[in-house]
Amino acid sequence: MARMKFLCDADRCIECNACVTACKNEHEVPWGINRRRVVTINDGKPGERSISMACMHCTDAPCAAVCPTSCFYTTADAVVLHDKDTCIGCGYCFYACPFGAPQYPRVGNFGGRGKMDKCTYCAGGPQQDNTAVEYTQYGSNRLAEGKLPLCAEMCSTKALLAGDGEMIATIYRERVQRRGYGSGAWGWRTAYRENITT
Amino acid sequence: MKRLILAPFLVLLLALAAPSFAQNAPSQAGSGRGTVNAEEMELQRMLQGGRVEGRTSIPDARSEVLIQPQGKAWRDFHNITLAWVGGIAVGGMILILITFYATRGRITIEGGPAGRTISRFNILERANHWMVASSFIVLGLTGLNLTFGRHVLLPILGPYAFANISLWGKIAHNFVAFPFTLGIVVMLLLWVKDNIPNGRDIEWFKMGGGLIGKGHPRAGRFNGGQKMVFWITVLGGGIVAASGYFLIFPFWGEFGVADMQLAHIIHSVLSVLMVAAMIAHIYIGSLGMEGAFDAMGSGEVDLNWAKEHHGLWVEQEMAKARQVVAPSGVKPAE
Ligand code: HEM
Ligand code: SF4
Ligand code: SF4
Repeated sequence: MARMKFLCDADRCIECNACVTACKNEHEVPWGINRRRVVTINDGKPGERSISMACMHCTDAPCAAVCPTSCFYTTADAVVLHDKDTCIGCGYCFYACPFGAPQYPRVGNFGGRGKMDKCTYCAGGPQQDNTAVEYTQYGSNRLAEGKLPLCAEMCSTKALLAGDGEMIATIYRERVQRRGYGSGAWGWRTAYRENITT
Repeated sequence: MKRLILAPFLVLLLALAAPSFAQNAPSQAGSGRGTVNAEEMELQRMLQGGRVEGRTSIPDARSEVLIQPQGKAWRDFHNITLAWVGGIAVGGMILILITFYATRGRITIEGGPAGRTISRFNILERANHWMVASSFIVLGLTGLNLTFGRHVLLPILGPYAFANISLWGKIAHNFVAFPFTLGIVVMLLLWVKDNIPNGRDIEWFKMGGGLIGKGHPRAGRFNGGQKMVFWITVLGGGIVAASGYFLIFPFWGEFGVADMQLAHIIHSVLSVLMVAAMIAHIYIGSLGMEGAFDAMGSGEVDLNWAKEHHGLWVEQEMAKARQVVAPSGVKPAE
C-alpha cells in the first residue's frame, strides 16, 4: 500500500487559490471552513513564498493522540480520517495540530463548535464508500474511485503534489535538480520527521 | 616567487569553498526571489519558539499560521504531564487518606457528644455550599472524563456510548460552570471575614491541626485547615472559572491558538490539584471526623465538637448570646 502525502512546491505556487476553491466545491465544505488554504510568507519581501496547506496526514498524528474520544483512525494508505459521529467538538485536535487543519462549523457559543471538519485526502470517512451519508458528512471519496485529491489534480502549475510519498518526493527532487533551486518540502519535517534531500 | 607560494593555498581555499558554493549559488541565481528553507525554518521555530506565519486571503487570523510546532508541547502536556500530575495527585491523595483512616481511624469527639447543639451555618450558607459542592463534582467528573475517559470508560462502553456520554458531559461542564462561579462569589462574600489568616493559624499548623499531633489548637470560626480549603476554593476556583470561560469562548477577540493552549494548561492543572484537595476535604467532612458533617447537614453542631475545634468561636457566640439575653447596662438579677 502507498503512503499518501502532500507536497507543495512553493517555488511554483502562484497563490491562485484554485486548490482552495476546488476543495470547497468538491466537498461542499460548510461556510467558514477551509480545508485547504494558501499562506504567503515574507509577503512582499525577499524570500516570499506561497504554500498551499491542508491536513498533512501526519505520521503518529498529534490530533489522534489528544482526542478525548479517540475518534481518529489511519487508513491503509496512511490517510488520517475521523468519525464525526463520535467527535464532541472539544477543539483539542486544533490545539495539537501543527498545521491548523481541524476546523469547526461554529464559533464558541458555550463550546458548541459542532463536529470537527478537516481535509480527508478526498477519502471520505468511516461510512460506506461513496454513499449519500458519507458525502454529507465528509464530502466525496475520490480515493475509493481510484483518483487522487482534487486540489493537486487540478493545480495549474503542478505545485501541489499528492500521491505516494516516495513518488512525489522523487518528482520534487528531479525538479530541484533540473532547475537548481527549491525551498524544500514544507511541513515534512514536522509531519513526517523526514526531509527530501536534493 | 611570492605568487608561486600562494598559488597552492588559493587552490586549496577554492576547493574548500566549492561545495558550499555549489549548494548556495543555484538557489539564489535561479529564483531571484531570495532564499527560504522549509527544513531550516521548521527546525528553528521548533527549537527557539515562534511559528511560521504569513498572509492569507481568508478573513480568519487563525488560517495565517502555517506551522505551529507548539502543538507538540501541548500534546505532551495533555497526554503525559497532565495525566501524571492528575493521576499522582488524585491517586496519591486517596492512598494517603486510606492509610490515615487505617492508622488514626475516625476522629471522635474527645469529651463525647454533649447532646446540646450550637448553630454553625445558616440556610443560605449551607445551600450555597452544596451548590458549589455539587457543581464541583459534576465539573470534576466531566473534566476528568476528557483526560482519562478514553483509557478508562471507552474500553468498557464502546465508542458510541462513550462519545454520547462525553458530549453530554461537555455540555454539562459548560453550563454547570455558571452555578459554580456564582457559588464561589457568594462564598467569598459570606465567609471572607472569618478566613483572614492570622497568627493562630500558624500555631494550628504547628500542632498538626489536632489531626496528627495531640490536643486541639484553639481556633476561631474557621481553623487553619479550613481557611486553606476556603482559599483553595475561592482563588483556585476563581482562576479555574476564568480560564474555563476563556475556553468556552474560543479565540475571543485577538486571541490565538497559543492563548488557548495556555488557558487549557492553567485550567486543567489547577483543576486536578483542586480535585485532590477536595477529596481530602470531603473525607474530613464526612467519614474522617465525628460530628463534622452536621455543620453542613443540619447546620447545628454538637457543643463539645465546637469547643474542641473552634473554642474561640464558641466563646464569641456565647458572649453574643449573653448580650441578647442581658444587654450591657442591665445588671443581672442577684
Ligand atoms: C467554573 C467554570 C468552568 C468552566 C467555564 C470550565 C470550562 C471548561 C472548558 C471549556 C474545558 C475544555 C473542554 C470543553 O470544551 O469541554 C474544560 C476542561 C476541563 N475542566 Fe473545566 N470548567 C470550569 C470549572 C472546572 C472545575 C471546577 C473543574 C474541576 C473540578 C474542571 C475540570 C476540568 C478538566 C479536568 C478539564 C479537561 C482536562 C483535559 O483536557 O483533559 N473545570 N473546562
Ligand atoms: S495535519 Fe493536523 S489534522 Fe492532519 S493528521 Fe496532522 S495533526 Fe492531524
Ligand atoms: S474536536 Fe472532535 S475530533 Fe477533535 S479532539 Fe475533540 S472530539 Fe476529537
